[in-house]
Parts: sequence; structure tokens; C-alpha cells
Amino acid sequence: MSKLVVSSIGPVSSVQDGGRHGAQRYGLTPSGAMDRLALAVANTLVGNPLLSAAIEIGPFGAVFTARQGAVHLGLSGATRDAAISGRSVAFDSSMTLADGESLTLGFARGGSFSYLAIEGGVAGEPMFGSLAVNARAGLGSPFPRPLQTGDELQVAAAAAPPGQRIELPATANGPIRVVMGPQDDEFDAAAIKLFLDSPWTISATSDRMGYRLEGPVIRHLHGHNIVSDGTVNGSIQVPGNGAPIVLMPDRGTSGGYPKIATVITADHGRFAQLSAGKSFRFKAVPMAEAQAALRAYEGLIRALPDRLRPIESVDLNIEALQQANVAGTAVSAVDAGTWQIELPDLMAPD
Amino acid sequence: MAATSSLPRLLPSGDSAITVEFSRGIDDDANQRVLALDRALAATPVAGVTESVPTYRSLLVHYDPLRIDFETLGEKLIGLTQLPAPPILKARRWRIPVVYGGEHGIDLEAVANSLQTSADDIVARHVDGDYRVAMIGFTPGWSYLSGLERFLHMPRRQNPRLLTPAGTISIGGVQTGVQCLAGPSGWHLLGRTAVRTFKLHRDPVFLLEPGDQVTFSAVDAKTFAEQDRAAEAGEIIAELIAA
Repeated sequence: MSKLVVSSIGPVSSVQDGGRHGAQRYGLTPSGAMDRLALAVANTLVGNPLLSAAIEIGPFGAVFTARQGAVHLGLSGATRDAAISGRSVAFDSSMTLADGESLTLGFARGGSFSYLAIEGGVAGEPMFGSLAVNARAGLGSPFPRPLQTGDELQVAAAAAPPGQRIELPATANGPIRVVMGPQDDEFDAAAIKLFLDSPWTISATSDRMGYRLEGPVIRHLHGHNIVSDGTVNGSIQVPGNGAPIVLMPDRGTSGGYPKIATVITADHGRFAQLSAGKSFRFKAVPMAEAQAALRAYEGLIRALPDRLRPIESVDLNIEALQQANVAGTAVSAVDAGTWQIELPDLMAPD
Repeated sequence: MAATSSLPRLLPSGDSAITVEFSRGIDDDANQRVLALDRALAATPVAGVTESVPTYRSLLVHYDPLRIDFETLGEKLIGLTQLPAPPILKARRWRIPVVYGGEHGIDLEAVANSLQTSADDIVARHVDGDYRVAMIGFTPGWSYLSGLERFLHMPRRQNPRLLTPAGTISIGGVQTGVQCLAGPSGWHLLGRTAVRTFKLHRDPVFLLEPGDQVTFSAVDAKTFAEQDRAAEAGEIIAELIAA
């Protein structure tokens, strides 16, 4: 059995999957990937079920090494420098680490969380149907805690199929969409307008439990203490200091602050990928629009296997580009995905 | 409790959950109605509902909008609240041993002082209570109990503690609680129990259910230490005094 060894890793990196559902009534939060689409892409690249457990890598760099055999990996999510033995590898593509080879990842640039899926999945013991790490509850497998340097993940021998990549539709860059409520009536019209009309940034003190927002002070109508009620991923609660907190997958299952609005499911991943200091806005949408967006988002995730393409075609197209002297030496393997999308405009489509 | 009492409010909690709110405050009648709707949903499952989470005043119903929409689910939930409440199938009553005061309950003396009585009186009153698990939330196994006698109602601490011990028994506002994991708390710490309301690899993993009855008993530090070892080994420790 080969192994994937964590040769180096930063904080906020852990094994995550689709989450642990059904025990919120006992105070057990679902946890799970911060960006479900990116998790599903990584898994699809290596032929795993969409929401299988994979390595969620926080904003810092990381190095993974194959031992006792080759390991086949899928890489997606927040882009960053990525290389195997000095040769760049592309995001949203699969790759094989030969025995002894290392994948070196730099700091996240295009977001906060990247996902590394292992062909055959992560070997572990599910609890409530999930391997997802919930460090506070001591849950998660094979390690009930964030990953540390020296950790080893057991890997079923890699079939090492030809490399594949996935082309995703362009990411929406618009405001983060919310459905108002459940406690928007704890705020007056001016406070709601301030919430919806102001630019916000993500505080550096954010984590997998919640993203703290920096911006104007949102004042309550009747004070900040309500009787605790249930929370969901994306609940935007406003504590006494008036600085909203968006609840993330490691949230408490109940909370005692008024929740002004809720981030729509289709925008959870996009919101989670906003890095600290990045400015963004909210936009209120009707329930019907939120649910239509969710249907489209789930449809995209379920149809990911249809988007798989062999990597060879990228290489061929880059050669074609270079021969056509359009891109010249600017084209690198890291850019392959980007260039591929623009090809039809530059050249006759195939 | 009249089955036809005022309708609950249906509040959207995003695109995949509905908060069915029976009250804005803590009141026993509302909590009974929350638990009744929770039982009704268990007895008459609604296709598309994935999970329900009872709290003091509302039932949070998670659903899959690909299978049922907000309006349809809302109507079905309102319909369930208008039916007679299903009987409680697992009406259980637990006795939970607590070591009060000293290092195990660092706020006991301060609570006694501020209520102008003795620590013994606080313990006697707390042990005397008949409580019900109104909700479990925040962290795994954190059980919020209703039924705290009025004399013991106290505002929460101005400055919440960032770390309180596993098994803490505390009071806050009109509630008392059994905390399972170490973690932050703004409540007043009266003691500790060896009982794990959440323990992996034990059957059951979660000991208490919303709606369970709870009473306490006082034990000494030596007994607590023995019980703590047994609980760590997987024993339940809490005594089932009626089922």
C-alpha cells in the first residue's frame, strides 16, 4: 500500500468531505468542505464519488510526498504555485506522484482553500457517515485534528490513469447573495440598508467556525440577546458589537445572536474562498432565486464527470498555439487551463 | 396545551432550512410545542426533510430544496402543528451525579453570596429541581435544561470564560445546563459531573434526547473521580430512574 506523507503543512488544513449530517439535534455540527464545488472537482479528477474525503489545504503552503508506491491526485480550489519535481502542474487537473516524488504548493492566491483528492479516497473510520475533521469535538479520521507535518495517509495502489482536467465555467464575481432572515425583524430599515449597501471585508481572525466581517456597525432594534435557536451554514449573526459573523461549517449548532440574513447555498464556496482583507458586498435575493441558483449549482456538481477531458489535448493545443506564434513563451503549464478556454476565440474550434 | 393555539411563524433560514418559531422568549409551552412538532415530524416523515433541530422556542427544519419547496414544506409543517401532539415514546428520567463547589464549581460561593444564601442552600435547591432537556446545542452534548427554580435565575457573566471544564454543571439566565466538552461559557459554574452526554465509541454516543427529564444528586470528590474513570472507560454513570 502506498502512502501520501505530509512533508510540510500550515494551519487550517484537514481532511474534509461532504460533512456529517443528522446529529445537529445533539449539538454536532456538520463540518465538511468549505468549498463543496472545489472538493467535488478534486474527487472527480481521480474518479472518486463527488463528496469523498480529501485534503482541504488552508492559505499556507504545503508539501506532500509519495512513499512505497505512486499516488494519483486531483488538485482544485484556490490556485497557488504547484509543482512536482520542479515542473509546474495545473489546477483542476489530475497528476501522478511517483514513489519518492513531492508535490509542492505555495501560498493560496486565488482564494483560501485548495483541495487535494487521492485516487481511492482517504482511508479512515467514518463517524456519522463522515471522515470530516471537527477538531473541537475530537472527530475526524484518520486524524481527529488538523493535519500536521509527518502525518501519513494510506493510499490504495494507484491505477495511475492518464491525466485528466476539468474546465469549469467562469466564476461569478458579483456580490454574495443572501436570503434575508430569519431575524431581520430585529433590525430597522436603516440597519438593513447599511448591511446591504456597505462594502465588507473578511477579518483575519476568521476560521472554519465563522468569518468575522469588518465594516460599519449594524445596530439591533431590541438588543443583541435573543433566545438561542438553530443555525445553518451561512447564517449571518450580529453580536453585541455590531460586527456580523458568517457561520461556516464548524459553527455551533445553535446561537443566541440575531441572524440578519443567510448566505445562499450556491454562494457558500465562493464566500469561503474570499481571503482576509478582500472587499465584497451582499445582495438580497428572493427565495425562488436562491433555490434556482442552488439547483444550478448542484447540477454543475453532479455533472462534473461530464466535464473531464484528457490532459493531452491541452498540451497539443499549447503546441498549436506556440506554432501559431500567438502565445509565444508566455504559455506555461500552469496557464494551460486558462488558455484552453480562450482557444476557440483564437483558433478554429475543433 | 391546546393543539389549535396560535400558529407558529415560518422564517427562512437560507434556502435549505425553515425556522418554525413558536415564541420569541423562553417559555415552557413553546418548548413543549417545539418538541411535539419534532415528534410529529419523526412519526410522519415529510419527503425532502433531512434533519430537524429542536431549540427552546423553535424547530429548525433542514430540507433539500431539490425535493420540496419552502411554501409546500411550510404548509405541511403548519398542518402537523394543528394535529394532536404524538405521544412521547421515550419519556426517560435520568439522575445525574454532580460534585458541587470547590475546584469543581468555582462560582458556587459567588452565586451563594450574590443570592444572599449559603452554598449548601444553592446545592440543595439545584439538586431538588425537576428539569427537562429543552434543547441540545452549541457543542456536542451541551444540554440546556428548563425548570430552574426562580430563586436561582441569574444574569450570565459579564465576561464569558474562554475555557470551562468538560462535564461542567452551570446556571445562566433561567436555565441550567450539562456541558459535555471543555469550551467557552458565560454561565456560573456550580459543579461537574462525570457523565458524558457525548462519547464516541459508546452505545449510545449521545446519552440525552431533547425532552428527557433530568434530576441531579450530589456526590463527593472521591466518588466523582471514580465515576470519571468509569465514564472514560465507556460507562454511562447517569442513572435511568424511569423509562
